[in-house]
Parts: sequence; C-alpha cells; structure tokens
Amino acid sequence: MSVERLRARAGTGRTRRRVTDALATTMIAGAAVVVLTPLVLILIYLVGRGIGSIDLAFFTQLPAPAGEAGGGVAQAVVGTLELLALASVIGLVIGIGTGVFVAEYPEHPLVPTVRVLSDALIGVPAIVMGIVAYALLVVPLRHFNGLSGGVSLGFIMIPYVVRATDEVMRLVPNVVREAGFALGLPRWRVVLQIVIPSAASGIVTGAMLAMARVAGEAAPLLFTAFGNQYWNFDPLKPVAALPLVIYTYSISPYDSWHRLASAASLVLVVFVLVTTLLIRLVFARRAR
Amino acid sequence: MSLAGSAAAAEVARGEPIVELDGVSVYYGETRAVKDVSMAVQANTVTALIGASGCGKTTLLRSLNRMHDLTKNARVEGRVLFEGQDIYDRGVDPVAVRRVIGMVFQKPNPFPTMSVYDNVVAGLKLAGRVRRSRLDEVVERSLTEAALWDEVKDRLHTPATGLSGGQQQRLCIARSLAVDPAVLLMDEPTSALDPQATARIEELLAELKRYVTIVIVTHNMQQAGRVSDWTAFMHLGELIEQGPTDQIFTRPQQQLTERYISGHFG
Repeated sequence: MSVERLRARAGTGRTRRRVTDALATTMIAGAAVVVLTPLVLILIYLVGRGIGSIDLAFFTQLPAPAGEAGGGVAQAVVGTLELLALASVIGLVIGIGTGVFVAEYPEHPLVPTVRVLSDALIGVPAIVMGIVAYALLVVPLRHFNGLSGGVSLGFIMIPYVVRATDEVMRLVPNVVREAGFALGLPRWRVVLQIVIPSAASGIVTGAMLAMARVAGEAAPLLFTAFGNQYWNFDPLKPVAALPLVIYTYSISPYDSWHRLASAASLVLVVFVLVTTLLIRLVFARRAR
Repeated sequence: MSLAGSAAAAEVARGEPIVELDGVSVYYGETRAVKDVSMAVQANTVTALIGASGCGKTTLLRSLNRMHDLTKNARVEGRVLFEGQDIYDRGVDPVAVRRVIGMVFQKPNPFPTMSVYDNVVAGLKLAGRVRRSRLDEVVERSLTEAALWDEVKDRLHTPATGLSGGQQQRLCIARSLAVDPAVLLMDEPTSALDPQATARIEELLAELKRYVTIVIVTHNMQQAGRVSDWTAFMHLGELIEQGPTDQIFTRPQQQLTERYISGHFG
C-alpha cells in the first residue's frame, strides 16, 4: 500500500474524530471535577473555620465552660479512639470470621443465607444499629455507656468487613488451595496459613476502610455512648466521641463552640483521609 | 476393548503395582467424565496418560489422590487401591492419602506469600512434623532432587514468585518431594513452560522415578514417548489401551490408539 493511500485513509474524518475525542474527554473530566468540588470546598471550609481552634489544648484539655475562651475536646478524641477499638474487636473478629467462612466453605448450607443477610445489613441505617445496641446493653445496665457505643459501631462494621474479606479471599486462585491440599494439609491449615496470608493485604484494607466508615458516625452514639464532658476511661459509663461533639457544639448558640465543632470535623476528616492514604501507601509499596 | 484393558491390567499386575484402579468412574453431576477405568501403575516407573483434550485424563488423575473430594458435585465410583488399600474406603482420611500421593499442577503454583525455602517446607512445617533443625536438610535434598538447588541456593529466602516459570514448576516439584510421597501425580506439568524448561523437567523425571512412582498427564505425545515407561490412552472417558510405551507407540492393539498416535484426531 502506498504512502499516499495511507495518508488518504487517515485523512478521512480525521478532524471529526479529534473533535469527538476532545469533547468526550472534556465531559468525563468535567464529571470528575463536579464530584470533587464539594469535597474540596468542604475541606477548605473546615480548614478555614476550624484550623484556628486546633492547638495543643484541643487535644489535651477538657471543654471550657460556655462563653469562656480556650479548652479542648481531649476527652472526645480519646473517646473516639476507645470506641473504635471496641468496635474493631467486635467488627473485625466477627466480620473477618464470617468473611472467611462464606468464602472458604461455599458448600455449607448456611452460606447463601449469611451472604444475603450480610449484604442486607449494609443497607440498615446506622441509627437502627444504635437502637439494637441500646436494647442489648443500655437497657439492662440502666445507663448510657461506651461499651454499647462501641458495639453499635462494631455492628455497622461487620457487613463491610464480611464483604471485603469474602471478596479478597475469593480472589486467591484455587490452584493455590489445591497445592496445599495436594501436600496433605488439612483444610483449616490451608485456609489459615496459605489462603488468609495471601489475602491479608486486602483484608487489612477492608478493615481500615470499615473503621474509617464508622469513625464519623454520630447517630448510633446519641443514645449509647451518649458523650461526656469529662474524662472517663470506664467503658461502662458514658464516653465522649468527636461526632457527638460536632453535633452538640454545632447546635449550640455559642460561636466558640461552633468553631470547636468545625475543628472536630476537620480532625475527623483528616483522620479518615490519612488512614486511607496510609493504606494506599503501604500497599503500593508492597505491590512493587 | 474392555478385554484389552483388563488383559493389559493383568499383565501389569504380574509386576509390582503400587496403585490399582478397579472400575473407576468419575461423575460431574450427571455427566460421567471417566468411565469404568481399570488399570495398574507399577512402582518406580513413569506412566503417561494420553488422549485428546477433554478425554478425562486429568479427571482420572485427580481421582488418584481424592482431589475430587474438594469439588462440589464431583463423585467417584469404583476402587483405587494404594498398596492394596482402597483410598476411598470409609475411615481413610483424604489428607493422609494426599501425603503419600502428591500432585504437581499444570500451572506452577508456589504459595505467593512464602519464600523459596518456606514453599519447600510448607507441607512439613504446617503439619508440624519435623524438627526445625531437620528442615534445612529437607530443603537441600528436595531442591537437589528437583534439580533446582544450584539455581536457588543463594536466594532461598527471597519470594518464590520471583523465580522464572520453569524454576517455579521445579520448586513445586521440590515442595511435593519434601513430604516424601510414594506417588507423584503430574497434570501436564510442562504445558505452561518453554521448551528449555520442559526439557529440564523431562530429564528430571527419569531421575525422580528412583524415589517415586510418577503418573503424568500429557497431551504431548512426543513427551509421553520420551519420559514414560507405560502409556495409557484414553478416549471419551474410557481407557482404550494400556501397555509399555514402546508397544503403544509402535504396535498399538486398538485402531483408535493407532489413529490418535498417528495424528488423525486429537
């Protein structure tokens, strides 16, 4: 084929093709910008409103009485970490366990039901999980307590962890399992020492994302952990949490409290952002 | 045809069979993938299973160490005797069966999270059978038997996935040898490898039969001719003919075998 003929071919509709390409690219890029704009605006707003209130006192001191300057929300920062720890014990143990079960024992008669129910749980509003924890742990104890808050967050985490674990375990090629069986290893050892380590990075990612997901929950904590203005390390008494601080302070009439609420929001957002970035960093490095 | 099969089986039985199949059928749901196969495998020989794609070679091979137990709707009928004991008997633990009858797969499948060393000792260590001090010994022995030692002795603790495809497959062979099996089942072990890596593994088989009995599935007839002492030809789930390899290749008793060998189908 001669060069002229090639040129002639490339020439047909060339301009139109380029225009279409540019148009389509602009449109999808525009969609991405539309999605990201509110996110960036929120961040800018929070930084603008909140950064001024974030100082050492924010993380080390208890709230100052309304109207007085200074003070912090140290008890809520610690409380949130405490609640997340409690939630993780429940969410990760039950979630990973269930995920391994549905992924590795698909022939078990319970598995289809468990999988459907677990997916349905993702759709259950967080506040309903709070009610469950309220009925289980607040009513019998006759007062609000941190344990019930942790449990409600743990319940929310479970289905996310189940799904993440299930999905990454099923990504482990079957030939890897068969290699283990062919060595005469019993099934539980193949699962525990070959499949789970192969899926570990995915399971950890799922766990961290589930934690990030519940870190900002306020609704289920309203009538479980309840919040606390003072230090309390006893999980059987009311425990403070950053989302509760945000809620309480935002609806208060004081401007200093509004600023603290923005600061608390900023801390939460940064916490989630940093967690997500850390996961990416760790696994990008491991993938190399 | 079944007559020829049992005649061959009888002939083999005069030797020293380590594995005997007696009327083995394998079903996937309603489909009967392997039909009433009876044959014997001699100790310390290489037996090749040949036949066209989908003829049931791999299915038959996997019935020899109960790998079908792990497949949801697969079912095995008949008896598979290992040293006279039916491995499908009630009370026989499939895990114990697979300790004596190991398997190497079509695609190299080292454990992805483990080093070369850990891959080799996986079968022993995970079962907690061996003192740590003996592991080094086992690693060197198994890798040497698999003709891989010289290539990896300086990187035993690097990830197994860093090896080349051919090296990975020899690592998988070493891993199987480490648990000291009596029989090694190989499912087209060279089909994912280049000619050089294939040649290395073929050379290896001749060495290996000193330690283990090998049953190898291959759809490469030249390979079957090169590596095996016995050959069994399967067609549409049935065992058509079994005999010494040179006999199968030069004087096949069945017309089907001859047609396959001469490349008329497959």
